[in-house]
Amino acid sequence: MATTIEAPRSPYSRAPRSRGINWEKWGWMYMRASGLVLVVLIFGHLIVNLVLGDGIKAIDFAFVGGKWSNPFWQVWDCLMLWLAMIHGANGMRTLVNDYASHRTTRGILKGALLFSVIVLITLGTLVIFTFDPCPAGAPADLLASFCSAS
Amino acid sequence: MSRTETGTHAPGSLAPTGKRPQGTLYRGREGMWSWVLHRITGIAIFFFLLVHILDTALVRVAPEAYNAVMSTYKNPIMGLGETALVGAIAFHAYNGIRIILIDFWTKGPKYQKVMFYVVIGLWVVTMAGFVPRHLINVFSEMGH
Ligand code: HEM
Ligand code: HEM
Repeated sequence: MATTIEAPRSPYSRAPRSRGINWEKWGWMYMRASGLVLVVLIFGHLIVNLVLGDGIKAIDFAFVGGKWSNPFWQVWDCLMLWLAMIHGANGMRTLVNDYASHRTTRGILKGALLFSVIVLITLGTLVIFTFDPCPAGAPADLLASFCSAS
Repeated sequence: MSRTETGTHAPGSLAPTGKRPQGTLYRGREGMWSWVLHRITGIAIFFFLLVHILDTALVRVAPEAYNAVMSTYKNPIMGLGETALVGAIAFHAYNGIRIILIDFWTKGPKYQKVMFYVVIGLWVVTMAGFVPRHLINVFSEMGH
């Protein structure tokens, strides 16, 4: 088959892609939109958990019990989990495309990314919404104070 | 400002205006280093998040299991690690906003260099507020 080489700087002539969704464009939009929301969610997370009160010293089971008995923080953490995992994994996909030169390597690495995102989002979501701040039989001094008031 | 006003090149011409080629956002200097740092911090945060979801999941195992892991987060070496993590997040977040402004704000590309130094400035202010507070918390935990 004869190949024609176009003159340099001749205008782009291939017909623009017209069918189907432009996934790369929406991925690009997602990185920016989720980034803006994540600024608020992550800074809020870090301020409440690391800066206010006694910071990291205060974090234990009872602390989590106090936060996740409030739907506000459940929704907050759930949003943060989904947005950050998808943003991070999509960013890592860009890196795989940039640095893994072999087709099979790229496939394996992207498969591993997809797998870990699905497993961790499922696990994290289940943890948030099946969490019991006052598990039966646990020593009361490890639990939030509202557990003993019955 | 229209390019023809400067009089040296036709509009849209890519001819260099100085010793280095101009108009390449990601080639050398601030544009490139901000990109390198954005990549490295993004990767670091991603791997932290994988571990973080797993250790948080221990709240579903037992209060004792969760508390045991959290107590390791309170030793001074981990305290320094958390400081580095917050540093990475702060840079990635501020520089992420800079990237968004370059993409969507008409004057973004023109001010990308200025915005890089704004990012550095905001980062320094954030860390100046955070680091002393966090290290006091971490080091006052020692010996408990
Ligand atoms: C704090 C809020 C955040 C903002 C404002 C933000 C913003 C951005 C932006 C604008 C990009 C560039 C995307 C592109 O060039 O198409 C990006 C890339 C990336 N982000 Fe974030 N991000 C944030 C949080 C995170 C988190 C939590 C993670 C990890 C879980 C992460 C990991 C990454 C990675 C791995 C990349 C790809 C880097 C590259 O292609 O060089 N980011 N981020
Ligand atoms: C050293 C800094 C950090 C500490 C001490 C910390 C602490 C915690 C704690 C105590 C929880 C339990 C629930 C809650 O308090 O809301 C939690 C959950 C969570 N954190 Fe962090 N966090 C840190 C940094 C981060 C960062 C940087 C991110 C985002 C990239 C993040 C994302 C999450 C997510 C998504 C959850 C929910 C996990 C799940 O669904 O099981 N955290 N964190």
